[in-house]
Amino acid sequence: MKEKRPFPASLQLIFHLLAWLPVLWLLWGFWQDQLGLNPVRTITLRTGKTALIFLLLSLTVTPLYLLFDWKWVYRFRRPLGLYAFLYAALHLLTFVGLDYGFDWALVGDAIQNNRYTLVGLTAFLILLPLALTSAKRSKAWLGPKWWKWLHRWSYLAAGIAVLHYALLVRQYYTQPIIFAVILAALLGVRLFMALVKKRYALG
Amino acid sequence: MSQKYRYRRTIPSSEITPEAVYHSRRQFMVGTAALSAAALLAACGAPSGAPDDGTPPPPGAEGQAGTAVPTFTPAPDDLTSEQDILSYNNFYEFTVEKETVAEKAAGFVTSPWEVAVGGLVRQPGVYDIATLKQQFEPEERVYRLRCVEGWSMVIPWLGFPLHKLLETVEPLPEAQYVHFETLYDPARLPGQNSDWYEWPYVEGLRLDEAMHDLTLLATGLYGKDLPPQNGAPIRLVVPWKYGFKSIKSIVKIDLVTEPPETLWMKASPEEYGFYANVNPDVPHPRWSQATERRLGELRRRKTLLFNGYEAEVAHLYEGMDLQENF
Repeated sequence: MKEKRPFPASLQLIFHLLAWLPVLWLLWGFWQDQLGLNPVRTITLRTGKTALIFLLLSLTVTPLYLLFDWKWVYRFRRPLGLYAFLYAALHLLTFVGLDYGFDWALVGDAIQNNRYTLVGLTAFLILLPLALTSAKRSKAWLGPKWWKWLHRWSYLAAGIAVLHYALLVRQYYTQPIIFAVILAALLGVRLFMALVKKRYALG
Repeated sequence: MSQKYRYRRTIPSSEITPEAVYHSRRQFMVGTAALSAAALLAACGAPSGAPDDGTPPPPGAEGQAGTAVPTFTPAPDDLTSEQDILSYNNFYEFTVEKETVAEKAAGFVTSPWEVAVGGLVRQPGVYDIATLKQQFEPEERVYRLRCVEGWSMVIPWLGFPLHKLLETVEPLPEAQYVHFETLYDPARLPGQNSDWYEWPYVEGLRLDEAMHDLTLLATGLYGKDLPPQNGAPIRLVVPWKYGFKSIKSIVKIDLVTEPPETLWMKASPEEYGFYANVNPDVPHPRWSQATERRLGELRRRKTLLFNGYEAEVAHLYEGMDLQENF
């Protein structure tokens, strides 16, 4: 009955500190002029990658439960998803504000001509309603079935986010492929377990 | 709105005058003030005849052996800091991480080094790098460099116009293009073990582009020999084209009849064309080329047609569809 015990507050604190670490690291780097020669690009890449990692971590929760029966991991699903959204929002803000100086004509040109910008924006727009309906109240309001349906869009958002990453590299696809393989594995576990369950149910 | 003004700012050809040359020369000399005149001359390999006090070269001196040739100044742009130029590099033969290239390239041995110049020429030859520097007196040229990825720099190169070398080897009438190749040696250039690209790095120019006086074979920057990360010991610099055309660490130059198939054309033909002229109106299939970020600046700049060298090179492409021939 280990998983029913309330989660130690100290562990919660460590989790949230870790989650904010990329922001603190960026601020410290900015302060200390440690963001390299193209700081805007560094901030863009780091917030984007952090968002992607959090998104994949949030999608790791269910497979961990399915494979190891760890129910306690579900405590982390909502915060992981919200941190993914937070970093995606910082990433978008960096692009619009720091990179393009809120020059909407330039931002418009970028959205029109940068395929990765359009794709990334799509992923963000999918994440937005998920973040807005992350509260327990929303789940009650939507009903568990619709809430689940809505939040399954996160699979698509993650796929699009990986595509967004792949679209900006110049042929050297190693990193995007790593993210794609991890995402495929995370979704694969779900599919596999669902098939097994179905088979047991039938058999 | 002052920002808007800056975006619209272009470089009129009237600014590319001896006066501007003079100012940029002064600026360059200030930038390298720490360097003694003797060291500068030593780095040039031969007395350059460049006045140490920053006075402009005498009129009509252009191109004469032993006299200073004007810098093609990108006024009113400022030079990018030497530190930035040495630390932010695309050189996939070492690593794809721009800010790690310098470290990875640190031990790269560039001496001895030979460049074989051949193909459709009357006088093929293998040139030792020291001989090249002696035979073709390095000049200082301040050029903008615009990377296809959307960042840019202003670099004071040392080098000599490619046409001087080509005139020496005497291209045959059927020679239409120039094929360049980087050293192929995966033991020394570990990035060449990567299967993402077809090594060695190959680039090409049309013969008239290669003969243009702006086209440089650079052997140094900021008054010193090229460091490995910037393409030592000798590299191409074509300032009106995206940076990837300016092939580094060259060992082979061949005159040929057909446009060379470059590394980037092989890697992604729909994205990287043979010409690769800087053009804000022709987006890369995956991103806009309308703006760029100059290293050291926070705001984006508008990208200029032919990287601001329109007055010098536009005639090369007269009647050509630049969207088609990207």
